[in-house]
Amino acid sequence: MSTPRVRLPRSAAAGEEIEVRTLIDHPMITAVSSDDPRDMLANFTATMNGETVFTYDFGNGSAANPTFTFYLRAAAPGDFTFVWTHEDGTEFRAEESVAVS
Amino acid sequence: MSRLTRRSFGALIGATSASLATPGLLRAQNAGRLVIIGGGFGGASAARFARINYPEVEVTLVEPWPSFITCPYGNLILGGKRTLPQITHSYDGLRARGVDVVQDRAADIDYTAKTVTLESGSVLDYDKLIVSPGIGLRWDAIEGYDESAAQIFPHAWMGGDGSQISTLRQQLEDMPQGGVVGISIPGNPFRCPPGPYERISMIAHYLKEANPTAKIMAFDAKEGFSKQGLFEDAWGELYGDMIEWIPASGDGQIVRVDVENKLFISEFGEEHRVDVGNVIPPQYAASIVRDTGLADESGWVPVDARTFAAASVSDVHVIGDANIAAPLPKSGYVANSTSKVAVAAALAEVTGRDAPADPVYFNTCYSHGGDDYGFSVVGVYRTTDEGFVETPDSGGISPRGPLSELADNRRLEAGYADAWYESITRDMFS
Repeated sequence: MSTPRVRLPRSAAAGEEIEVRTLIDHPMITAVSSDDPRDMLANFTATMNGETVFTYDFGNGSAANPTFTFYLRAAAPGDFTFVWTHEDGTEFRAEESVAVS
Repeated sequence: MSRLTRRSFGALIGATSASLATPGLLRAQNAGRLVIIGGGFGGASAARFARINYPEVEVTLVEPWPSFITCPYGNLILGGKRTLPQITHSYDGLRARGVDVVQDRAADIDYTAKTVTLESGSVLDYDKLIVSPGIGLRWDAIEGYDESAAQIFPHAWMGGDGSQISTLRQQLEDMPQGGVVGISIPGNPFRCPPGPYERISMIAHYLKEANPTAKIMAFDAKEGFSKQGLFEDAWGELYGDMIEWIPASGDGQIVRVDVENKLFISEFGEEHRVDVGNVIPPQYAASIVRDTGLADESGWVPVDARTFAAASVSDVHVIGDANIAAPLPKSGYVANSTSKVAVAAALAEVTGRDAPADPVYFNTCYSHGGDDYGFSVVGVYRTTDEGFVETPDSGGISPRGPLSELADNRRLEAGYADAWYESITRDMFS
């Protein structure tokens, strides 16, 4: 459960648009319409070389197994960190690097 | 409503029996020429229906294979419940009815000159054309999956010469004890929505006896599927933990295969080693309609909901899996039942008879979960100016519940499924 998955190219030309896809399996239980305890992610943030490039705050309207696809241009090699933060503070992390030439 | 009343329908049947008994009474086939491309559930049904009900029309059926192997009940070969000869059907019955069955492949269609050019070079003229060529496989969609890869990881999703389903069955028989069967299932739309899940059930049915420690890993590009609850009940009740279904949200979409190393590679890069791989690739309409401009950018052919006439040309009707008729599923049942409306609509002009004004379409998909374990989903559809619509509060799906309470129901439905297969194949080929 809650396996973070990320797909992005291993390498790119400087200034080339790259696609970043992420997926985490998570039930996202709001507890609004059930007696199950609330179990929700609070935030997803992607950083490149320490700088935030994408961030999203989840709410009750967020579906289970949230997936994001976004695009960016990297001028220099990028070390990416992807962090999904649960409402209880637990973090799920993935790291990837893109070589830029 | 159609003018085909109960009384005239009976008279038609009478006339047909008489003409079969005494060939001298066959009417001259001079009202027009109907050419049908494809001898599957759509085309064979259309040919038989046209021959019986429009004896004044000449009917030619173009089909590349000498006999037809049905996809329905193909999964039962994997389960050891049927053999290939039992699902192979001859065109001799249609020939005996006076259909000119041409064993050839349609290579080109000239929609202006109204001709079909065959691979052999011969050219057929038509007044009305019914195109029922089925699907093509998108060989480019899963990296590494091409026609040669399909010899190692069979798709077994088209009848053809039967070698695909036979290869898959042989691979299951040869699999080492405790081996892994990987199945890659595409996103919608594709031929036979419940088919992959019946296949999983039938493979499990075989392995339960022959290889009980084996695993089936079903990788899906979707989040859900047809009759999901019923299938999952069957898997739990009959096969324990043999089957694992992985949806897209669990990284179930397979984007690359490596046949040399027997790998399925997922969207997010996970490598799964399999002993037997069955790749059901994404699909589009067969090349004859894509290459001649009938298909739109979706790869399928848009049609008029009342006549199945292709949107872009005249005198051409497209039936079966090649068209877009959602919410009608791409099933053999739909191809068969809609073929009759398409024939009646196509031949109204050449015979001076009325076309069906307000057609109703039906679909029933039976699936086998195991021995004496069948279930079904039924849909009823009508037409509006916007296209096909499912009729509210109609149709239905088999009940769910513990097998101890539903064993009779499941056994009966397995029998209904067998009866359906007998009926529909007779309605195509007898």
